[in-house]
Amino acid sequence: MNKKYIRSSILSALWLILLTFPIMVIKINTTAATVRWRWGNLIYVGVGGFLFTLVWNFFLDRRNRGGFKAAGGERAESAANRMGGALGSLLGRILRGKTDAASAEKVSLKAIFAHKPVRFSSLGGLVLLAALFPFLVSFYQVGIVTSALMFVILGLGLNIVIGYGGLLHLGYAAFYAVGAYNYGLLYLHWGWPFWAALPLGAVSGVLFGLLIGIPVLRLRGDYLAIVTLAFGEIMRLLLENLTNLTKGPEGIAQIPRPGFFVELSLQNSARYLYFIAILMVVLTIFVIRRLEDSRIGRALEAMREDEIAAQAMGIDITRTKLITFALGALWAGFAGVVLAGKTTYINPGSFTLMESVMILVAVVLGGTGSIPGVCLGALLVTLIPEYFRALSDYRMLVFGAALVIMSIFRPQGIIPRIRKRYSVGEQL
Amino acid sequence: MLKVDSIHTYYGNIRALDGISLEVREGEIITLIGANGAGKSTTLMSISGITKPRSGKILFEGKDITSLPPHEIVSLGICQVPEGRRIFPQLSVLENLDMGAYLRHDKEGIKADLDYVFELFPILSNRRHQSGGTLSGGEQQMLAISRAIMAKPRLLLLDEPSLGLAPLIVRQIFSIIERINAEHGTTIFLVEQNANMALKLAHRGYVLQNGVIVQTDTSEALLADNKIKEAYLGL
Repeated sequence: MNKKYIRSSILSALWLILLTFPIMVIKINTTAATVRWRWGNLIYVGVGGFLFTLVWNFFLDRRNRGGFKAAGGERAESAANRMGGALGSLLGRILRGKTDAASAEKVSLKAIFAHKPVRFSSLGGLVLLAALFPFLVSFYQVGIVTSALMFVILGLGLNIVIGYGGLLHLGYAAFYAVGAYNYGLLYLHWGWPFWAALPLGAVSGVLFGLLIGIPVLRLRGDYLAIVTLAFGEIMRLLLENLTNLTKGPEGIAQIPRPGFFVELSLQNSARYLYFIAILMVVLTIFVIRRLEDSRIGRALEAMREDEIAAQAMGIDITRTKLITFALGALWAGFAGVVLAGKTTYINPGSFTLMESVMILVAVVLGGTGSIPGVCLGALLVTLIPEYFRALSDYRMLVFGAALVIMSIFRPQGIIPRIRKRYSVGEQL
Repeated sequence: MLKVDSIHTYYGNIRALDGISLEVREGEIITLIGANGAGKSTTLMSISGITKPRSGKILFEGKDITSLPPHEIVSLGICQVPEGRRIFPQLSVLENLDMGAYLRHDKEGIKADLDYVFELFPILSNRRHQSGGTLSGGEQQMLAISRAIMAKPRLLLLDEPSLGLAPLIVRQIFSIIERINAEHGTTIFLVEQNANMALKLAHRGYVLQNGVIVQTDTSEALLADNKIKEAYLGL
């Protein structure tokens, strides 16, 4: 076993040396017309490649032997429980006052949270933390976290389309743009305030969701991805080129922040926005939880699982697909209005394909279909680059590597979806 | 009850059905037998409205359903158990069954029908919280049939329920089909490759060949027919 590892590691190290030889070893100085041979780099590449392959093979092997929890919705729950296993056994012991390790081991995270005092105190702690947070840290930090929270809303919205509906959507940022420009344009042309634009942002999100939904009704998989991608780009190009309406690439500046009863200082206005974002996240989670439990929610999932069978059961696929797109777009419209109110300046450059991809990464990394997973994913995707600014050049590299590693070792995401054990008789 | 009047159905330019006409009367079990690619599944898909016929008419209780969308056809009381089961693999058994009752809103009735399918297939009751994809082939077929029953259809379309199942399971499923027909008066339209079993169960049969109905008779007559024996029963 070990021999096999080492042999394959040596081979891949050699291959890597060969592959990177031109860039790692040869350095041409064009002004002096000399070539410098950096043979030392060869050793680094070789050793690095060898160690990396060794570690990689080790983990791959462990996964194949079932050391890791692999894919499979059925097993997701036990994986989540195992994650909380250590914590679980500890808390279980404290709660029950037992020292019997074997019985404490069986206490799952779910069981702990079913325990009322624990649930309420942890929830209370979270609420308290969220409420005090903007008063404890600098106003710059508050701004960062507000952006992250908006990304959470975007992630949750896209999750409806991808996680529940199973429709790959690569132009989601277009709806974000629709929301932002909805407020921007209403302000620019008619002087509308934030609070009037907010509900309309959701409405226009829905309208654009339907707009893209209708032409792609018959598409699925790759084709759908391409068309939605094109839709995202078309929206951006429209915003850039309809200069009379949108002021083009110049963007719309000096959009007022959300109004309050009294005039707010810059600091307080940032806090105010933070609380708006928090409330919207809570609203989003609440509505999506309700959707998950509803018949429409399960119709979305049935459609994702098998379109023909869903039709045979009397699910109107056309309607369900349109609902999926509209519900997904709604949240992006909302978040867009908040974005415009937060940054006070919007231009088409903020809504590129990269933005759509980042939202997608947040969903996939966190756990497709899982609300806590998507929240975590969105926070990671926004906060990590923010706090590791020094490494910003490697941002895409890190996300790429993270996606590769995740898709091999934990395809269901960081916090996988736990399917509710729902019963017809009790909840219908 | 159901009247199919010379329908022609195409997949792109390929003609799958070339003027099929058949009739299903209330309360009977009808079977449509034929070889691979004869157009059996296409006939059912056309009736369900999932693959629309290019010409011809389909009447259900006198009402023209040819151009109705699938969900409206289901709401009229026609439900299909598609070929290859097509259960929702990630949904639990209960959720699968609930999807069958998607268009119904009578909670009491749904509950009663749920009890009924669990009585028909007790194994499903044991597996109610398991996800559909983890069931065995036979259990999945039971689930697919149960899911369709949950829609409370008056006409149940069954597409090859014996596909890929052990003979013992097939016999069990066929006896349940007979029971559903007897107890609920549900009319059954059974499409089968297993002609022998299908004809033994059904009252009447149609024989389909290359998109055309070539023969129709009572099951006994078809079973006794020499040509049928040779072509479909392997006797």
